[in-house]
Amino acid sequence: MARLLDGPDLAKGAESLQDHTRRLGPVPALDQGFIATLGRTGATGRGGASFPVATKWQAVARHARRDVAILVNGAECEPLSKKDRALMTTRPHLILDGAFVAARVLGARRVVVYIGERHSVASRAMQQAVAERPASERSLVSFEAAPARYVAGQEAAAIHLINEGIATPTTMPPYPFVRGIDRMPTLVHNVETLGQIALIARTGDATGTVLITIAGAVPRPGVLEMSGTATVGDAVKRAGGSIDGARAILIGGYFGSWVDAGSAANLPLDAGILRTKGLNLGCGVIGVLAESRCPVCEVAGMMRYLASESSAQCGPCFFGLRALSEACIRISERGSNHEDLNRLQRWAVDVRGRGACRHPDGAVSLLQSAMKTFAHEFGTHTPHRATQQIGAA
Amino acid sequence: MDSTLLWYTTRGAGAVTLILLTAVVVLGILSTLRVESSSWPRFLTTGLHRNLALMTLVFLALHIVTAVVDPYTHLGWAAALIPFSSYYRTLWLGLGVISFELLLAIVVTSLVRGFLGHRTWRAVHWLTYAAWPVGVIHGLGTGTDTWSAWMLAITAACVAAVGTAIVIRLTSGSADPLAAHRITFQSAVDRRESR
Amino acid sequence: MAAKHFFIDRIKCDGRGLCAELLPELIRRDDWGYPIIAPGPVPEHLLPLAERAVEDCPLLALTLRQLEARK
Repeated sequence: MARLLDGPDLAKGAESLQDHTRRLGPVPALDQGFIATLGRTGATGRGGASFPVATKWQAVARHARRDVAILVNGAECEPLSKKDRALMTTRPHLILDGAFVAARVLGARRVVVYIGERHSVASRAMQQAVAERPASERSLVSFEAAPARYVAGQEAAAIHLINEGIATPTTMPPYPFVRGIDRMPTLVHNVETLGQIALIARTGDATGTVLITIAGAVPRPGVLEMSGTATVGDAVKRAGGSIDGARAILIGGYFGSWVDAGSAANLPLDAGILRTKGLNLGCGVIGVLAESRCPVCEVAGMMRYLASESSAQCGPCFFGLRALSEACIRISERGSNHEDLNRLQRWAVDVRGRGACRHPDGAVSLLQSAMKTFAHEFGTHTPHRATQQIGAA
Repeated sequence: MDSTLLWYTTRGAGAVTLILLTAVVVLGILSTLRVESSSWPRFLTTGLHRNLALMTLVFLALHIVTAVVDPYTHLGWAAALIPFSSYYRTLWLGLGVISFELLLAIVVTSLVRGFLGHRTWRAVHWLTYAAWPVGVIHGLGTGTDTWSAWMLAITAACVAAVGTAIVIRLTSGSADPLAAHRITFQSAVDRRESR
Repeated sequence: MAAKHFFIDRIKCDGRGLCAELLPELIRRDDWGYPIIAPGPVPEHLLPLAERAVEDCPLLALTLRQLEARK
């Protein structure tokens, strides 16, 4: 079974279009029947929402009057994630194959490649790859730089930047598949999703793998391609670590949830199964928290970051996350107290679901999972001599 | 109809229009403040603002109609609708027509606000800051009893009320608590050509 | 008659609170003044007040719509 990262040594960077096509074979000519194939594979998006790919394509096709647009989302604004950069740098033609299959099947007039402004190596690799493509594909492509802020990778924010120059989330409806880039129905896919689509186009099957970024207390942090049946424990082992030595695992990065290490060990790296347990694999970040680190201080730092990344468009998000993070920081710096713990519970419930985008929901999920997993530490925290920062993740 | 009666009605309706319009403007300014009071709900300010505006139009209509049909003034309907087209006190009456038409635009756009969207509605609504002073100047210029003590006192009180409301508004800061933060964030995520 | 639900544009809303004054049965305000709307359809007897709240919102952030299936 083909894998996304198969092929020559990743350290050598991207292959030429010629080598890539020789290795994998050409992409067959496809029509709208391909959408049924996508449905059969059950493929889901890899940007964080795990939304069924075929459903998105159907929605765009349904709303297409003349032309549509494709947004290749390589913004990777989640601080702990590295997989999109890895894929763009080493397998750009796989991503582009997926994008151009979508463009052909759905009738796209534009393919916009949206890459984080600081991801210069990945951006260069993608630009060089586009330059190698045939003129009919090259002429569709334009590049946009995603500002280095957390919400800039969100679908609506990306489209907002492309249309109006500012990467802030907008109210939905209208959804991108109805009205997006240049008012056209727009298909937005994470680069890993497009890589999957490129392989499904050739073989009719998904890879059954997922790209994981493993971070934190492991000897070899970085990007791994793991089977969907492998567990969190397997991923930690591949990175040279041991889940027994960890206090807790962060599943899904800043948009995810904390689980204590013992419970996490046997969790499969499958977005669907994790969702049934109330967890979100998200963009595939697995963070390992060492026993020696203080979870309360760690979470306080994460909440401070998430609060500062609010786009300040919705009161409940801006004021709510700020209040939540200040309460966490008070607990971290001065010790546990009943008032702040009650406030955290109350505000978390108040803030959830009351923004125009899911940013406050993500922050609240992170906090609530932390308060459950680290209930003891939150209840008994006393100030340390040195306040800890976010780990080298 | 007795010309004197018409004339008194015109002047009286004009005075009432000025007072009502002043109240409408003051309520409009105060509604942007973030003052909370359990005894004075905000929907009351909004409701009064809307109802008084409609009442203003009623008295304004009375003012205009009685002025036009009054044989003494020799005004035709055109004079009431086309600014500066009357022979009688051309400038001052013209200003009145302008004020009237601005108010009409403001009220009509408010009635169809849902169709226009907030931004368009708001842009037209700002014309209040032209309609009100132009109306005051019209009153000072056309009224035969402008310089009578009553009218002077009423006009002075109206100007003081709006002036005070504006000062309160200017010293209260932004109506939107997120405005400054939003602008800061937007400048961090805008598309910079030099990237 | 199909049930109507409140929809609020969270970006337009700036927490003025007129809606909460008119419909305390369904809308309360959080610690920062922004409305928390009870989920579910608007009861029939409150619809006139709900329509007034929609009309009175200074930012046109509140709307009443029949719930449609998503995507």
